[in-house]
Amino acid sequence: MLAWTLYSSFLGVLVLMFMRSTSAVGARKVALFTTLAGTVFALGGVQQLDPGGEVTVVTRIAWVPALGIDFFLGADGISATLVLLTSLASVVGVLFSWNIEHRAREFFAFYLALIGGVYGVFLSFDLFLLFVFYEIAIIPKYFIIAIWGSTRKEYGAMKLALYSFVGSAMVLVGLIGAYVLAGSATFNLLELARHDYPMSFQVWAFPMVFVGFTILAGLWPFHTWAPTGHVAAPTAASMLLAGVVMKLGAYGGLRVAMTLFPQGLDYWRDIVAVLAVIGIVYGAMVALTQRDFKFVIGYSSVSHMGFVLLGLMTLSEVGLSGAVLQMFSHGVIAGLLFAVVGRMVYDRTHTRVLSELEVMRLGRALPFAGSTFVVAGLASMGMPGFSGFVAELKILIGAWQTFPTLAVLAGLGILIGVAYTLRVIQKGFFSGLTQESPPDAAGTAATLEPITVPERVGAVLLIGASLAVGLYPRLLLDWIVPSLNSPLFSRIWSQGGM
Amino acid sequence: MSYTSLLVLLLPEVMVTAGALVVLAMDLGSLRREANATRHVTLAWVSTAFCLAAVFCLIAFGRPVRMDSSMLVLDRLSLLMKLAMLALTVMTVWMTSGTHFTRHVGEYYAILLLATVGMMFLVSTEHLLMIFVALELLSLSLYILTAFDKSDVRAAEAGLKYFLFGGMAAAFTLFGLSLVYGLSGQLSLAGVAAHLGHGAASPLLLVALVMALVGFGFKVAAAPFHLWAPDTYQGAPLPTAAFVASGSKVASFFILAKVVMLGFASAAGDGGYGAFVAGWIPLVAVAAALSVILGNLAALAQSSVRRLLAYSAVAQAGYILVGLAGNSPAGMASVLYYAVTYALTIMGAFGVVGWVQAQTGRDDMAAFAGLSRRAPVISFCMLIFLLSLAGIPPLAGFFGKFYLFTAALEGSQGNLGLLWLVILAVAMSAVSLYYYLKILKQIYVVETPAIAGAGEVPPALPVIIGITAATVIVFGCLPGLLLDRLLPAVRAAGL
Repeated sequence: MLAWTLYSSFLGVLVLMFMRSTSAVGARKVALFTTLAGTVFALGGVQQLDPGGEVTVVTRIAWVPALGIDFFLGADGISATLVLLTSLASVVGVLFSWNIEHRAREFFAFYLALIGGVYGVFLSFDLFLLFVFYEIAIIPKYFIIAIWGSTRKEYGAMKLALYSFVGSAMVLVGLIGAYVLAGSATFNLLELARHDYPMSFQVWAFPMVFVGFTILAGLWPFHTWAPTGHVAAPTAASMLLAGVVMKLGAYGGLRVAMTLFPQGLDYWRDIVAVLAVIGIVYGAMVALTQRDFKFVIGYSSVSHMGFVLLGLMTLSEVGLSGAVLQMFSHGVIAGLLFAVVGRMVYDRTHTRVLSELEVMRLGRALPFAGSTFVVAGLASMGMPGFSGFVAELKILIGAWQTFPTLAVLAGLGILIGVAYTLRVIQKGFFSGLTQESPPDAAGTAATLEPITVPERVGAVLLIGASLAVGLYPRLLLDWIVPSLNSPLFSRIWSQGGM
Repeated sequence: MSYTSLLVLLLPEVMVTAGALVVLAMDLGSLRREANATRHVTLAWVSTAFCLAAVFCLIAFGRPVRMDSSMLVLDRLSLLMKLAMLALTVMTVWMTSGTHFTRHVGEYYAILLLATVGMMFLVSTEHLLMIFVALELLSLSLYILTAFDKSDVRAAEAGLKYFLFGGMAAAFTLFGLSLVYGLSGQLSLAGVAAHLGHGAASPLLLVALVMALVGFGFKVAAAPFHLWAPDTYQGAPLPTAAFVASGSKVASFFILAKVVMLGFASAAGDGGYGAFVAGWIPLVAVAAALSVILGNLAALAQSSVRRLLAYSAVAQAGYILVGLAGNSPAGMASVLYYAVTYALTIMGAFGVVGWVQAQTGRDDMAAFAGLSRRAPVISFCMLIFLLSLAGIPPLAGFFGKFYLFTAALEGSQGNLGLLWLVILAVAMSAVSLYYYLKILKQIYVVETPAIAGAGEVPPALPVIIGITAATVIVFGCLPGLLLDRLLPAVRAAGL
């Protein structure tokens, strides 16, 4: 059933391609229906998974027998978590693109192609197939940003496309090398993960594949596509970029690089951890000084994804499960932040410059946007009760056991996170509310279109997801932890001394 | 072997030759006073009919034959190659039909068919003399086809450049082959290989190798022998350019691979990093490295789409040479898989360029602005072609590149010796995405068409574009369709 998440997305693309009517309404409905169907398949599919954490085979057909390539879809708890995140983000993304009128049919076609590619990556257990889906996701991103974006959109789109493509090129070299050295017989991840590669190979293959993937996860210093890409992208695309696409990178790093090359991982572990912490602190500090509202969120994504990478490098159960949880959590929260900034604020005020927003007093003009952003900001800061708290706490505990100094520095990152979040909440929404309103600002407020129903539904869904996981983390951890203890990851633990 | 049985074996080639003569006779005779359009359509149908007859003869009467002298070597591999070439020829024929660049319609089709005969002989021989003769038949026909548009000064320039470079390259090759003959006293590839024996290659053999490779490098437009390509791709009549880029390239890669893998088997050498041994592999590896670097970097700066495709063709030749450097059956299969799918892709891409050129009279990037508004289907096909060239899955170009690189790494027996070359090629293919996206940006992102196109488009062009786009998708999603035929054929051919 899980396989239908991706089939239905690509079917949706075909329907949109061959749809005769050019009306935006029809395209929207098709997209909403497709993503809802994907959600149903995802929810139904995860029920069928092995609760013991073993990889459940969903579909397995020989694809190119001459090279040992299979069409092998499967899932374990980690895939399940991310598939659920993808389905949620895809539905909400459609809701927040409800106002797209310009070339709507093409927009949703690219959108669904991207979603399909993302599902495919999370469900592939054949490395060739995984790579295929990984690259399929690149091109729709380019067009969505270049056509429907804002603020230097063509630059941002090209930068993102080239960064992704360079990353995937690095991954490709590593994968082919791994395939050839294992005897050119199979691309099956489960089998390759049992092969012992010589240290001389792992030493360069691990950074090649890991960095290739985590370029997309915003690994410092390869993160520079993220702020420009997020800012240039239309709302739904920034939500997906931050919410899902960045997770592709972290997922690939965990699923492929770390399981295939455990000794290489051990060799590079400290360096990656340091880079991750630099990302956390640097992203937060840069976010603190931005003038553009969306840049703040863009850099905060870099910072939060740094936690994921740090969690991965702890090589302990608590740290890794925290990292996977953080992928989910950041996907939801960043999606929400971008939704408020891009759709609720920018589409109405046509500016994202904080000093201009300051005088509009949006807290009064758009109370729903204001309160949503406060909630999202709290979640992003790591307020207990929201998913971000559990995830970052687990990562910090894991990091404390292995890298105490780095854990302290990462904690500093959280502190700066509080600062920049409060700053944008104040500047964006609540500046000058206590003073008498200047006449022109009242005029602006009156002309702002009220928050629509799809936006409210989308925001409630995301907040609900973050709260649910924050209050009862076992909802996801019961999937994640057994999977981390499955044989696929056993070689990682031996490196972590557990 | 009696002449009758020889004639039966050569029926496909005879059919195409007869087609050339019939086309010529018809145009000089009955069609002389007809309108240009009628002549085009009639001759295109006649050419197609003879090509189909050749296909029929291939399938019905084709049987594996190896003459003692290796003059004629027919096997499943040559059959597959000939089918691909005839398909490409038919596409070129229909791309020509409906154009206005020449009054000498019959001659154009006739020479096109003669070039096809050259390609067909090229893939069915392992004899140095035959190889050279077939290569010259192909080349001379292509020179004429390139300069066919007498009203266009650029076509004349392209033809002259192509001819001068080509003549020089052919002279090098002939000299190289004569050295090989002098060393071994043999003209068949197997004989040459057997006579040269094993052990270190003699310096004279290496000289011969370099000389011979110059000519083949020229035919496949690999750097540093690529200088003719940009002018030819841009200046030649569009069908010629498409044909030079597709059919001629497939045939040349096939024979290049055969010559080095069979004839110079003893002088393979090693191109591994730090494990260098003189031979043809390092030569091919260096040409590959130069081609991917030069082609991709030069393509970045182009504004004419046809010129851009020319430089990208240089880069693509580089990728194919990477696979060839693997020196294994898988390497050969990957070379042929890529060459064939690339030929289909570039044929389609030239089709789209022709479509735009027919409408607007221009081939620069601005002429593509807003194409997705004017012609959504054609634009989508161009998206397929360019993404396939860039190597994006699930298109044929992706699997092809992947297979080439895998074969290159497999070839070096577990020590990943050619890793440096694969890394270079993969890195450069990341560069290539930039210029392909630049064209796609004009098509999809720019919204206002710079020029309202109103020109008349050759009627068969959309069909060719559609068919090639479909095959690029199908071969990309199901590579096994082609691969499962190629691999056994390659193994059977002893490569």
